[in-house]
Amino acid sequence: MSLPLSPAAASPDGDASSRASLRGWRVLRRSPRMFVGLCIVFFFVLVALYRTFFIHNGNALSHQVLKGPSAHDWLGTTQLGQNVLLQLIASAGPTLLVGFAAGLLATILAVVIGIGGAFLGGRSDDLLNLVTNVVLVIPAVPLIIVVSGFLKSGGIGPIIVIIAFTSWAGVSRVLRGITLTMRNRDFISASKLSGERTWRIIIVELLPNTVAFVISGFIFTVIFAILTQAGLAFLGLGDVNALTWGNMLYWAEVDGALEVHAWWWFLPPGLCIALLGTGLALINFGLDEVLNPRLRSQRAFRPKTSVFDDTPVAEVP
Amino acid sequence: MKYFARKCGFYLVALWGALTVNFFIPRLLPGNPAQIMLGKMEMTSTPPPGEYKILEHLMGVGQGSIVSHYWAYLVQVSHLDFGFSFSQGETVTHVIYQALPWTLALVGTATVLSFIIGTTLGALAGWTRNRWLEALVPVTTFLTAMPYFFVALILVYYFGFIMHWLPLSGDSDPLLLPAWNWTFFSSALQHAILPAATLILVQLGGWMMSMRNMTLTTLSEDYVWAAEAKGIKSRRVMIGYAARNAILPSVTNFAISIGMVVGGSILMELVFSYQGIGYYLIQAVENDDYSLVQGIFFFISVAVLLANFIVDVMYGFIDPRTRQTQ
Repeated sequence: MSLPLSPAAASPDGDASSRASLRGWRVLRRSPRMFVGLCIVFFFVLVALYRTFFIHNGNALSHQVLKGPSAHDWLGTTQLGQNVLLQLIASAGPTLLVGFAAGLLATILAVVIGIGGAFLGGRSDDLLNLVTNVVLVIPAVPLIIVVSGFLKSGGIGPIIVIIAFTSWAGVSRVLRGITLTMRNRDFISASKLSGERTWRIIIVELLPNTVAFVISGFIFTVIFAILTQAGLAFLGLGDVNALTWGNMLYWAEVDGALEVHAWWWFLPPGLCIALLGTGLALINFGLDEVLNPRLRSQRAFRPKTSVFDDTPVAEVP
Repeated sequence: MKYFARKCGFYLVALWGALTVNFFIPRLLPGNPAQIMLGKMEMTSTPPPGEYKILEHLMGVGQGSIVSHYWAYLVQVSHLDFGFSFSQGETVTHVIYQALPWTLALVGTATVLSFIIGTTLGALAGWTRNRWLEALVPVTTFLTAMPYFFVALILVYYFGFIMHWLPLSGDSDPLLLPAWNWTFFSSALQHAILPAATLILVQLGGWMMSMRNMTLTTLSEDYVWAAEAKGIKSRRVMIGYAARNAILPSVTNFAISIGMVVGGSILMELVFSYQGIGYYLIQAVENDDYSLVQGIFFFISVAVLLANFIVDVMYGFIDPRTRQTQ
């Protein structure tokens, strides 16, 4: 859960070329981790789309109660005879939706506050930076639990908003740092001197150079949002009848899946959350490797014959 | 000293922010929460005299403007009096004083342990580029992507329901009274093993990855090369030159992660029925015990801010550069 944005990614070296090297397949070839991550995430997106078109009721009941995995029901059934595999597929969409929507909203907030504040500088930056740091240290998950407990509202809309408004600060702080180092670069000064407008400089000159960090922050927030939503659903906050992986875990716990040893009921949803999270994290590791060549795996890196066997071989451009 | 003062100032502002958020949250509730609470209290027992006044102050209702509500709330909180909790049948502060040490001891120990283990593994992975340690990265990433409560469920299922090795729930044997003796201590320790394992397993990957990456970045710094060239022993270069600098960002992350772990431990406590602060928070939310919710959120915020403050001050000692004025 506490996957920090790697501080190494924030090191200034390598960022000049990051924009170019982010393009195309070259990145994927260089970073197998990112490739695997993208495959995993893509797989879940396909599953979610499949659900939208082919499954109408993932919660359909049957008389096959608490059956273990078999050739007919690959992942067995629940206490109410619901097909676990069907539930699992039907839950992918809403879970992804919460993650990506909250991630997007939080990233927009982070970009506006982090990049905007740092670029404008002065009093407004001081104030925004203070707000960011305060939001960062106020414990988010207890706050989210308390607010959604008080709201008692069904539906995922409010949950998306609550998660986004409590999770933008970390990303914002990273983006602010990047912007501060970039603000005084020659190409920015040049466009300032040539009389370009501030918003144009930010959007056309600055933003493209921070895009890798924005994506990395977005992915980080998506992971956080998916984990948090699962936690809220597990507590029974929000709509308990919605189908998400967190809700499946909630019902498994409430209906005593552990007591009756129905492992096929509670293991799959949690493993799906973990697999999706791993996929997203791998994409982020890949981004780190692209931004910071020193992190790339040793195979691509170490010269074939090394004189010092126990010495790490660092940089080969 | 100036660094210290600046940090103090910042955390006072942060505390004020948390207090203000805590003031506005009950306004999400429809109707008059103070009256609803009093009604619920009267159903089970006679509320203590003056209880309604306290509730009015905490929930920010009653006569007067929002500014006067806010002031009354701040005064009320500064007395650390959050009234009576109808769901627990005790004062809110009593519930918290009794639960907080359990959570603090558990979360604190587990976080420090996983920081030490993860950072050591990460430093070794970065330094040796050992194939086995590198292979650990996907495994720990997978663990880190799991929700705390899910890891807790698996551990309960395996060690409790299948192997019958360890106690399934609670913070100590219910027949024992808290005391400074070995029977109680060992019982508490046994009950803490699985919850602590949950927290350590989930956090490990983050520490390992960040330390590995920073070690790799530090290794190609000139001072590391220079140290190697001078013929300083490999071990000393690793610990005194590379790791010492590589660990700095991890220390900063340590501060931020405390809040995250406290959040994760709330759900973990529910699974283990570990009667810490998170367990009572969930009880309070489920029973609409608003004053208990408010009190617990206040104490969690204070604890997290305090922990952050301590780490920040320590950081000032570890890295002298931060103490210089910017």
